[in-house]
Amino acid sequence: MKRLQENARNRGLGESLIIQTSVRILVPFIQLFGLYIIVHGHYSPGGGFQGGVVLGASFILLALAFDLRTSTRYLSERANMLLGNVGVLVYVGTGFLCAVMGGLFLDYSALEAIVPLGAIEWRSFGIFIVEVGVGLAVMNIMVSLFWDLGSGGALDEGL
Amino acid sequence: MKTLALLATVVTGAILLYGTMDFPAWGDPQSPASTHLSPVYIEKAVAETHVPNIVTAILGDYRGYDTMFETVVIYCAGLAVVSVLRRRES
Repeated sequence: MKRLQENARNRGLGESLIIQTSVRILVPFIQLFGLYIIVHGHYSPGGGFQGGVVLGASFILLALAFDLRTSTRYLSERANMLLGNVGVLVYVGTGFLCAVMGGLFLDYSALEAIVPLGAIEWRSFGIFIVEVGVGLAVMNIMVSLFWDLGSGGALDEGL
Repeated sequence: MKTLALLATVVTGAILLYGTMDFPAWGDPQSPASTHLSPVYIEKAVAETHVPNIVTAILGDYRGYDTMFETVVIYCAGLAVVSVLRRRES
C-alpha cells in the first residue's frame, strides 16, 4: 500500500483539482439521495440497507478523492463507532420495547400504548424506525470497513 | 487427506443436488409457497401495515426477526474487522 502511494506521488498522480472539486460538490447530494432512499423505502425500492450503503459511499468517496484524514474530519472515528452501535441498538431496542409494552417481539402495533397513532399506522411507522436503525448501522460499518482495510488499521493515510 | 476432503465435498454436493430434484419448479403456481403464504402477503400486506411497497412490509414487519439478525451479522463483521486490524498509537 505504501509503495503504491509513493509511486503515485512520484508520478504526480493522486491529487487532482477536478476530482476534488467535483467530489466536494457531489457529496452533499449523494448524502441527500441516501436519506431519500431510506425515507422513501415505504413507497419505492429502497430502505435501510440500500440507503445506508449510499450514505457510506459518500464518505468513502471523500476518503478516495482527498485522503483518509479528511473523511475522519467529517465523521470522526468515535462518532462512527457510536452511530453504528446506536443503529443496531435502535433496531433491537424497538423489538424489546414492543415486547415490554405487551405485544410480541417486533410487533410494532404494541407501541400504540406510548403514542396513540392507531395500530396499523404504528406498524408502518415501526418499519420506518427500524429502517433508520439499519441505515445507520450499515453506513458506519461500511465506512469503518473501508478505513480499516484501506489503511491496515492505522487510520493515517489510506488509499 | 486432500483427496478425502475432495471426495467428501463431491459426495455432499451430489446429495444436495439430488435433494433439489424434489423441489417444485421455479415459479410453479401450485407450489406450497405460492398457494399459502404469497397470496396472504399480497392480499393483506397493504391493509395490515399501510405500506404500499410489499417488499418493505415483508422485510420490516413480517420478517422483522430475520432483518434484525441481518443487521447484527453486518455489525459483527464490522466489529471483528475493527478488533483485528485497528491499532492506534495514542
